Amino acid sequence: MKTESRLEKVLASGQFAVTAECGPPKGSDANVLHEKGKHLLNRVDAVNVTDNQTAIVRMSSVAASTILKGLGHEPILQMVTRDRNRIALQSDLFGAYALGIRNVLCLTGDHHSFGNQKQAVGVFDLDSIQLLRTVRDMRDDGKIIGGEDIQVPPKMFIGAAENPFADPVSWRVVRLAKKVAAGADFIQTQCIFNVDRFAEFMKQAHDMGLTEKVYVLAGITPLKGVAMAKYMANKVAGMEIPDELINRMAGVPKEKQADEGIKIAVETIQMVREIPGVAGIHLMAIEWEHKVPEILEAAGLDKRPAI
Amino acid sequence: MIVAELKEIREIRNLIDRYAKILVVGCDSCVAECAAGGHRETMLLAAALKLSYKNDNLNPVITEACLDRQCVDDFIEGIAHQVPEHDAILSLGCGAGVQALARVYADKPILPALNTLFIGETEMRGIWQENCLGCGQCKLGHFGAVCPVTRCSKKLMNGPCGGSKGGKCEVNPEIRCGWDMIVRRLDALGELDRLSEYVPPVDWSTSHSGGPRLIVREDQKP
Repeated sequence: MKTESRLEKVLASGQFAVTAECGPPKGSDANVLHEKGKHLLNRVDAVNVTDNQTAIVRMSSVAASTILKGLGHEPILQMVTRDRNRIALQSDLFGAYALGIRNVLCLTGDHHSFGNQKQAVGVFDLDSIQLLRTVRDMRDDGKIIGGEDIQVPPKMFIGAAENPFADPVSWRVVRLAKKVAAGADFIQTQCIFNVDRFAEFMKQAHDMGLTEKVYVLAGITPLKGVAMAKYMANKVAGMEIPDELINRMAGVPKEKQADEGIKIAVETIQMVREIPGVAGIHLMAIEWEHKVPEILEAAGLDKRPAI
Repeated sequence: MIVAELKEIREIRNLIDRYAKILVVGCDSCVAECAAGGHRETMLLAAALKLSYKNDNLNPVITEACLDRQCVDDFIEGIAHQVPEHDAILSLGCGAGVQALARVYADKPILPALNTLFIGETEMRGIWQENCLGCGQCKLGHFGAVCPVTRCSKKLMNGPCGGSKGGKCEVNPEIRCGWDMIVRRLDALGELDRLSEYVPPVDWSTSHSGGPRLIVREDQKP
């Protein structure tokens, strides 16, 4: 084991892992995390704590991860390079580890023009791949950027995101390879609605030997209704939802659409489980955490391994 | 070249209303090429200001002049004879021009008529594209002569983000994805291998992050 991460232990044991997402509140109310978190507690192996996602100001991911850890969760600290330079990122990594956080997901982040602080400076001092390398060099070499030694280096289980559906298509697996080479231990993918394209991506990754080196968790998002499907297809960066899925959602009465969305999510989980190299799923039930138990039960994934 | 745009007349009026005699000074270099502050635009702005004041029953003195370059002393001296008889100078130069005039004519208020935007090129008449941020360590040789610092909205050094779609940037469909351009160009040149290597964190100390930059060259001094 490289780290004390529970998620690493689950993945290394070869068991199919489940992670979920918990977005911190727009404010300082720790109870929100308690409420959202109770639907996930002991039902998933680790919880991603988002970092001001879509550039909307929220409680810091370090603070929210710490609170969730105190409630018994295994947090995956998401860190974007959009808002902090290398001084702040490295400092927060020290702090997060000291607070007991053992997993980090290295991201660049959505551009701030999407959020509620459009006039902000976009920092982007590092990119996500440089952040991966930084976290790995801290753990494996005990050094910060520039080569200075660290007393008690943070030893994080290191994650990265990858979007199999973005362009240029030929570049996606090359980028995955770069992330693995830079230090990614696990990958959480963008929400998968086009399983064929994801399977093709995984085949390329497998052929390049990448699935031997990195655990890939397939991103799953249940659609709440046809409106959400259309919104995500049109407005969310890097999302691909095939028309046939949107039509399938539109084909059922409004009050049944949520059930249909969950059905699609469960079917998608079952399909991606069959794809070689898929080590688990990452369930992003956006503001729908209370549906996670139902989805996992339907998918036969509600029993988490004891570690 | 430096690309700029004319400010709104209302904003310019707010800057100059307090003066009775205004010298409007264009710059016939970069800002002429981008049709913002050259000889022609200087005449048009002076005429627009006169009309605007006339509508308010005001009649300040507005004199036009245009320098070949507002950022070089030898040229700036070309208006030396006109400066004393005016209360203020309204500059259609870029930010460098405005500040150079202020250094040379230290006792005159110098006001900007333009918003200076970027270093860029004229892609075609009426279209100007930003393509250099002056980072101080040109990386174009690694990226097929497409600058990731400038053309990628997130300054990514190691490939396109997940928001690249159909060659467009997630920020705005009007923006071409710089990384899409880099990948396509290197692919066409048969040099995609340049992109497989990890690019370490950029040294921003040569950019504006290191403070305002200054070049001193003894061999060029008089």
